[in-house]
Amino acid sequence: MGYVFDILPALLQGTWVTLQVFFITLALSVPLGLALALLRVSRFRFLSGLTNGYIWLMRGTPLMLQMLFIYFALPFLPVIGIRLPDFPAAIVAFVLNYAAYFAEIFRAGIQSIGRGQYEGARVLGFSYAQTMRRIVLPQVVKRILPPISNETITLVKDTSLIYVLAMNDLLRAARGIVQRDFSTTPFIVAGAFYLFMTLVLTWGFQRLERRYAVYDE
Amino acid sequence: MTNEPMIRAAGVCKRFGPAEVLRGVSLEVGRGEVIAVIGPSGSGKSTFLRCLIHLETVDRGRIEIEGETLVETDAAGRCRYAPESEIRRMRGRMGMVFQHFNLFPHFTVLRNVVEAPVVVRGGSREDILPKAEILLKKVGLWDKRDSYPSRLSGGQKQRVAIARALAMEPDIMLFDEPTSALDPELTGEVLRTMRGLAEERMTMIVVTHEMAFAREVASRVIFMDDGNLLEARPARELFAAPEHPRTRAFLESML
Repeated sequence: MGYVFDILPALLQGTWVTLQVFFITLALSVPLGLALALLRVSRFRFLSGLTNGYIWLMRGTPLMLQMLFIYFALPFLPVIGIRLPDFPAAIVAFVLNYAAYFAEIFRAGIQSIGRGQYEGARVLGFSYAQTMRRIVLPQVVKRILPPISNETITLVKDTSLIYVLAMNDLLRAARGIVQRDFSTTPFIVAGAFYLFMTLVLTWGFQRLERRYAVYDE
Repeated sequence: MTNEPMIRAAGVCKRFGPAEVLRGVSLEVGRGEVIAVIGPSGSGKSTFLRCLIHLETVDRGRIEIEGETLVETDAAGRCRYAPESEIRRMRGRMGMVFQHFNLFPHFTVLRNVVEAPVVVRGGSREDILPKAEILLKKVGLWDKRDSYPSRLSGGQKQRVAIARALAMEPDIMLFDEPTSALDPELTGEVLRTMRGLAEERMTMIVVTHEMAFAREVASRVIFMDDGNLLEARPARELFAAPEHPRTRAFLESML
């Protein structure tokens, strides 16, 4: 037990990095995903097609590859060539990648709302923006909570990919200690940390779902 | 007050792909008139109603709402709609009730009624609440104000939908088969509400299969068949002595 306390500071430091990547990614990729979904369902064919292509690109290549590309290859690109430090590079990759997944979830939700809701709003004088904000999206949130919860839990674990940019997240911190001490205990403790984080998320989403259960469709 | 018709439609045509749904429908509706639109399903009744409030775009013809032009067709046969802002204003003079209610399931009954006046008109909730109370009492659902629509019966939902439309203070109410999705024992409460509106001299166009309602409440009955308006006459006359053989056949089939 004393050993666990010895390795705790290093693991907590790693957890802090993991949590930063998690929260910043979530805070940025959900709004970006929503914006992409709205473009995707818009009647502007060109924008919709462009968004579709973007989603294909981001879902069709490994997140790790995207991270490596942004960190190592972006600086050498003409015009947009920019050198990002490791943390911002990781965040950019995560946000761009997760926004694509969130966009598809939002799109499915938006398209599941029947035409009658739009017509009901329209004859009352709602504009398209008002219809989306007041009528459609609040109902979408209820329907997409389970897949959003899924994606969010995946994000907690995907943060461990940032080790390729030599950042010390929870898993890399644990592995460092394992290699130093020839003990597998750090892996078990790290596993417990991940389980705790996803437990909090699961609980949070269950509460949200209960809150939305006040009405049926 | 002028004698300007509330709605004037002339030669309205509409097709969905190869199907001609409206083949030149013309109608004038005066203030306070209650028009019942009857006819077999697929005759274009609902589509005509939806064209009036611009849920469908017409292919040809002219529609005026209280003297303002919603759409007109030039000599070359091109349809020209009014600018979006004017369309929204004209639409604001009309309320619509749908067959499937289209209530907002995530709002309570009360919020369904106050949302549009607050959001669209920019009114304050406090100002609108007394009016919402009057409307919900009128349709007999004030005690259900905090319920969500899923907790209501079909008839109650439809009465909320009527209150919701009335909250925007329309001059004209359009009803698209308001009782067709209801269990037979629930149609009465909705029809009673509509009858009350008619007695208040609300201008109404009602697409319906309720022949008794058409006969007793409507000032004029319109018979549509295969995209044509075949007869438009005072209810008593049309039911007593239908002129067109198609009308006669339809009325006989409804008995």
